[in-house]
Amino acid sequence: MMPADDFLTLAVMISFAVVGVSQIMAMIRLVIGPSTGDRILALDTMVVNAIGLIVLLGIWQGTRLYFEVSLIIAMLGFVSTVAYARFVLRGDIIE
Amino acid sequence: MTMSEVGTYAAAIFLLIGAAFAVVGAIGLLKLNDPMKRLHAPTKVGTMGIGSLLLGSVVISFVRGGSSIHELLIMAFLFVTAPISANFISKVIIHLRGCDETPELDNEQTWSTLVQREEDLVAQDKTQQS
Amino acid sequence: MKRFFNWLFPHPFLTLLLAVVWILLQNEFSAGMAVFGLILGVIIPRGLAVWWPDRPVGFRLGKMAVYICIVIWDILVANVQVAWIVLSKRNKDMQSAWVVVPLDLRQPEAITVLAGTITLTPGTVTADLSNKGHYLLVHALHAPDPDAVRDDIKSRYEARLKEIFV
Repeated sequence: MMPADDFLTLAVMISFAVVGVSQIMAMIRLVIGPSTGDRILALDTMVVNAIGLIVLLGIWQGTRLYFEVSLIIAMLGFVSTVAYARFVLRGDIIE
Repeated sequence: MTMSEVGTYAAAIFLLIGAAFAVVGAIGLLKLNDPMKRLHAPTKVGTMGIGSLLLGSVVISFVRGGSSIHELLIMAFLFVTAPISANFISKVIIHLRGCDETPELDNEQTWSTLVQREEDLVAQDKTQQS
Repeated sequence: MKRFFNWLFPHPFLTLLLAVVWILLQNEFSAGMAVFGLILGVIIPRGLAVWWPDRPVGFRLGKMAVYICIVIWDILVANVQVAWIVLSKRNKDMQSAWVVVPLDLRQPEAITVLAGTITLTPGTVTADLSNKGHYLLVHALHAPDPDAVRDDIKSRYEARLKEIFV
């Protein structure tokens, strides 16, 4: 059984790699996605994954500075998803 | 084993679970073959993946003595907004007819995305005339 | 007295929620922050009450807490199930289906909570609402028996929501 801190470091490194891979997979869907709905979906997934990467970065560096960053990215991601979907639906964002 | 060691192990396991669910969501996004089916994948990324990562972050901050629980706010925000963005994306898919035929309804009701609005008809007329 | 209370606190639980969110945002609990959060929690619902005239009057907090616990448990269980379906089933074996859920609920707030619950529990996504608000269109990822999904939603979530929003 390895020491707890080493295990945590290993877990953070594995999580970085895995979340990064899933970010790349979402990006592939963004490029090939046949319809507009798929592209919006891939963008939404990428925003959520980016929040995860930032949280991991905060754990890695042992700082709490990144909380505001991830909160604001969450809000911007939601608003941009809704704005994009609304633009496709109605041809206009604010009516 | 001391408390802080248990906490560190728990946080590491939370992180691994979160990363695993994030990659399952991305696999689903690539593998499934129908736009409506693909919509199921990001709910896993949003709820279990990121939720578990944030829980790990909370546990770690307690182990290191900082005791911050405001990561729960991001979690609550994601939980509240994920259904709304999923609903909007499915409306886009239905609007562009990218899915199977939606079931019919009785007593003169229809799905709100498929309702023909007057201003839509006016806009169609304009594009046809020009 | 009661009318004054209703005027000052149009949504008592919203006031509490805003105060808690403010304290969480500050990430420290002190008396000043709690008082300031409560002040914000009084001002914001009071200022916005004009634009929310048909608010639900009765709201049972205890039953809502039970409901939230049930939903979180369902999210955990269903996530593992759906992850297994995504990883193990081939595309042509998946029987995805539309499910039409007739609604007994009429308040917009209750329907919103029900739709959000259906989307958050993986395996089902709320796709649309009918134009008069009497049916929900739900897409299920792998449902050999769509009627069972509909009955499950109605008995497990909608019946409880009917007791919460009276």
